[in-house]
Amino acid sequence: MGLFFKLNPTTGQPLYLQLMQQIRHATETGALRDGDQLPGIRTLAEELVVSPNTVVKAYCELQHQGLLDLRHGSGAFVCVRRRTRSLAADVQTARRRLRNLIDELREDGLRDEEIERAFEAELLHPAYPAEIARKR
Amino acid sequence: MIDTHVIRTRDLAKSYGSATAVRDLNLSVGKNRVTAFLGQNGAGKSTTIKMLLGMVRPSGGEALLLGKNIADAKGNCEVRRRVAYVAENKPLYGYMTVEQTVSFASSFYPDWQTDLASHLLNQYKLPSQQKVNTLSKGMRTKLALLLALARRPELLILDEPSEGLDPVGIEQLLSMLVARAADGITIFFSSHQIAEVERIADHVCILDNGRLLVDASLDLLRQSYRRINLSFTSVISERQLRIAGVQKIRTDGRRMSIFASQNADAVIARARDLGVVSVDVARLGLREIFLETVLEN
Repeated sequence: MGLFFKLNPTTGQPLYLQLMQQIRHATETGALRDGDQLPGIRTLAEELVVSPNTVVKAYCELQHQGLLDLRHGSGAFVCVRRRTRSLAADVQTARRRLRNLIDELREDGLRDEEIERAFEAELLHPAYPAEIARKR
Repeated sequence: MIDTHVIRTRDLAKSYGSATAVRDLNLSVGKNRVTAFLGQNGAGKSTTIKMLLGMVRPSGGEALLLGKNIADAKGNCEVRRRVAYVAENKPLYGYMTVEQTVSFASSFYPDWQTDLASHLLNQYKLPSQQKVNTLSKGMRTKLALLLALARRPELLILDEPSEGLDPVGIEQLLSMLVARAADGITIFFSSHQIAEVERIADHVCILDNGRLLVDASLDLLRQSYRRINLSFTSVISERQLRIAGVQKIRTDGRRMSIFASQNADAVIARARDLGVVSVDVARLGLREIFLETVLEN
C-alpha cells in the first residue's frame, strides 16, 4: 500500500502535504476506494522512512477534510462522500485544463522548471482575491 | 504546567581557553518529536550534547534535561536512567562477543528489557557469537542502538549516528529511528547530513560556529522560505525591498535575487509597487536554506 506513495524531501513542500495530495489523488483516480484501509501510522512511517508525526498530521488533516475516517484502534479508512466526488470531478477538469496549458507553454519553448517557477509566482500574486481561494 | 520540552537550555556556553565552542545557546527540544541538530563539523554539536549529558562542564548558562538541571548531580543521575545516548564513535569492547556485550550492558541497568533486547537482536540480524571487533560499522551502530534502546529510554540522543555508514546502513538506521519514534521515544540526533535530516526530522536546529541560527519545524521552513528572482526596468535600491523576512538580497544590474525566510507575498507586492517586469519564485529545500544561512553567518 505504502508503495503507492513516494515523498520527495528536497522539493521544499512539507512532506505531510505531499502525502495528503497523493492519498487524495489516489481517491480521485480510483486507486483508493470508499472503505479501503490505509496502512497504520507506524507501518507507513517505516515504509516511507519519515517521522511518524508526518503520517499523523496527514491523516488528521484528511480526516478533518472528510476524506479519511480514523476509527479508534482499527485504523484509517478512506471515505469518498458525494461532496468529495464532485470536488474530485472539479479537480479532474482542472487537471485537464492545466495539462492543456502546460502543453501550450511547452510548445512555446518554456522549460518545466520555468513553468513551475511561474506558477509559484502567480499563486503568490497579491491581487489574487482571497475569496476565490476560500470558495473552493 | 507540564513541560513539553525534554531539553531546554538558557545561554548555555562553553569555551576552551580563548576558543568558544558554544555561545549563548537557547535551545528547546519538544517531546515526542524527531529533532535534528544540524551543523558542519566543529559547529559545537558534540560539545552541546556532552554538556547536556554531564560529560563536559558548561562555562556559562544552564540547561534542563527532562526537567532536571544538569548541574544538579542527584537529578542528573536520575535523568540518566531515562535518557539513552549513542556516542559518535560507538565505544564497545572489541574482545567481547555480541552476546557478551548485551549481557554485560544489562547488568548495569535495573530496568533492562531482556525481551526487547532479544527481539532487537533478531530484528537487526546481529550475529550473537561474533566478536565486536569483527563487526562492520553498520553492525556496530545497530549494536550500540540496541544497547541504548533495551533500557526503553524516554529520550534517545545520538551523536552523528550515520557517520561512516554506507547508503544501505543509513537507510536501515533511519528506518530504525522512525520505528522507535513511533513507539513514543523522543529522538534528538546530531548530523551534518542534510539528506537524512530532511527525511526523518520534524524539527531542525541549525548550529554554526557555536550559534543557533535556525530553530523551527521543517514544515514551517518548507512553507515559508522562498527564493524570489525579480527583474526591473531600471536599477532599484536594495533598501526598498528590505522588509521583514528578507534575509539576503543579491543585485546584478536590474535583476535582483531575494532569499526570504517568510513574507514572500509581501516581497512580491512591494516589487509590483516598484514596477517589476518579471517575477519568479522557487521553493527551497533544506540544503539551500542551510547553505544560505550558514554562509551568511
